[in-house]
Amino acid sequence: MDMKRAYYEDIELFKSGTILFWTIVLMVALFTLPFISTNYYLYLFNLIMVHVILAVGLNILVGSTGQISLGHAGFFAIGAYATVLLMTKLGIPFFPALIIAAFIAAFFGFILGLPALRLEGPYLTIATLAFGLAIMHIIGHMEVFGGRSGLRAPALNIGIPQLGWNLTLSTDVSKYYLILIITILMVLGAINLLKTKVGRAFVAIRDSDIAAEVIGINLTIYKTLSFAVSAFYAGIAGGLFAFVLGFFDPITFNMFLSIYFLVMIVVGGLGSIMGSVTGAAFITYLMYALFKNVKDVPYVGDFLVAISQRWLSITGMDNLSAIALGLVMIGIMIFEPMGIFGVWIRMKKYWKAWPF
Amino acid sequence: MPFEQLLIEGLAMGACYGLFGLAVVIIYKTSEVMNFAAGEMAMFSTFIVFHVLSFYHYPFWAALMIALVFAAILGILVQYIFLRPAKNPTLLSLIVITLGVEMLLMGLAAWKWGAEQQEFSLPISYMVTYEPVKGFVISQWAVAVFIIAAVIMAFLYFFFNKTNLGTAMRATQQNKHAAKIMGINTDLVFAFSWAFSSVIGLIAAVLLTAKAILDPQFMMEPFLKAFAAAVLGGLMSIPGVLIGGAIMGLLENFFGYAWPVWKPITAFVVIVLVLCVRPSGLFAKHWVKKV
Repeated sequence: MDMKRAYYEDIELFKSGTILFWTIVLMVALFTLPFISTNYYLYLFNLIMVHVILAVGLNILVGSTGQISLGHAGFFAIGAYATVLLMTKLGIPFFPALIIAAFIAAFFGFILGLPALRLEGPYLTIATLAFGLAIMHIIGHMEVFGGRSGLRAPALNIGIPQLGWNLTLSTDVSKYYLILIITILMVLGAINLLKTKVGRAFVAIRDSDIAAEVIGINLTIYKTLSFAVSAFYAGIAGGLFAFVLGFFDPITFNMFLSIYFLVMIVVGGLGSIMGSVTGAAFITYLMYALFKNVKDVPYVGDFLVAISQRWLSITGMDNLSAIALGLVMIGIMIFEPMGIFGVWIRMKKYWKAWPF
Repeated sequence: MPFEQLLIEGLAMGACYGLFGLAVVIIYKTSEVMNFAAGEMAMFSTFIVFHVLSFYHYPFWAALMIALVFAAILGILVQYIFLRPAKNPTLLSLIVITLGVEMLLMGLAAWKWGAEQQEFSLPISYMVTYEPVKGFVISQWAVAVFIIAAVIMAFLYFFFNKTNLGTAMRATQQNKHAAKIMGINTDLVFAFSWAFSSVIGLIAAVLLTAKAILDPQFMMEPFLKAFAAAVLGGLMSIPGVLIGGAIMGLLENFFGYAWPVWKPITAFVVIVLVLCVRPSGLFAKHWVKKV
């Protein structure tokens, strides 16, 4: 649809002036948000951005390389636990700890990528699922990891305490800026990665791994690399998540979290970076804001309460979010398999071709 | 615990997993859908048994009959409403749809029956034991599991190999369009396989309630293990899933006896290791993508 006239246009960051303009508007909006928002919404935004990082990484694996993972909560947990433990037990400053934790997660991603070389479809699903369950179980039963009672994140000191440089971020506003900057870097990284040789190799593997192998793509390297990159993103997201939450236990990283991550990228649009950003924001908003307070929504809330009292149970109303998420998942798959991104493409096409 | 005891209990548990794995395999055999909602469909139907028992005070067998009919209808409805409308679905989109159904059913059950655990007693007890040979104790529950599993297996073997509908199911699995051209009503085949799967799932779930407490999440773990057993068996062969289930149950029981802390995951780890050696399970030809 968008006509390209030179090869250079393929790797441009901003395809047109319009996109550049709106990106700048979005950036300005994001950076000025703390001045007009309440603390609760900043907490929500922090969660959204953590999920955005993870969704972008998961989309590299699922959307671009075509491998299914139901174990990303495991990498997420590795990132969170490794960051906090490196900081508290070894006294490593925040940024090195975060990066080392992400590399640990990436190493586990590489390990999980090895069986993935031979497994496909259903068999890969069960292997990744087993990985997620195993990680949750291991951290729940070893004292180093705080066991079932969980871990408390230390104060978020982004300086280097050993040299006497201390900069402790204690408010949601300061955490917001830290996470925002990291998120922008990670999203930019993903956009650029998909434009390189590596990204094109991923897409070739997704479209047909046999054909990709025939044209000289080393499946061993690129499949494990895809797992490792995706796990790296999940590790960074997990490390930040630990500080957004402040306290976490193994149950936080259960199998449903992996499903929610998959839902984010499916709802947003597989294989599209902007899709995973919108999907993560949308699903996080649904889960953490809308359905937590559904009783306070005018009319709809009263109606649901009445139904619960008459036929169902009022204590079980919190499960509405599961029902709604299930319906969203099914609806998206039936009506718009490309997700929010697909809707956007269709709208764009309609207006470009109007009145035909 | 003596060795025989562990063996029998493991085999009985394995038979449950095998039965439940059948629910997954039947659907996979006909429509190549991995039904992640199988556990929650069975859970929901088990709650119907509970509901009829506790609110209308019907005898257990009547309640079970009602729930069996309900399970069959639920299976057909899930296929008809949620899976049929998907156009040219990929493997991933089918997985996402069934995961969606899973969350939907779990949410509904928790909304209706609350998240708290319910009293639910089977007429088959776990505590009543027989000792046919000296030193060889077998519980009533294990006997029931073995008998029911054997009957269902025999029925399915007969069904898939000797009846027209069973042959039609296998034909549909091999090539849906060719089957249609041959005059097979594939919609009917799908409806039947989902109803079958849902009913078998309910039977397995009711048997499993003897060992678990009835709450909206009680089928999560058994489902994952049954699913793993089905994958171990190759997702395609009915004897395969039984053997997969038996391996699963035995592994779990013996490892669980040796290292109780790691009981929930040993079986999974073994399965992943087996899959690394044989990527398509023990009893299947290599899983080949239809190009």
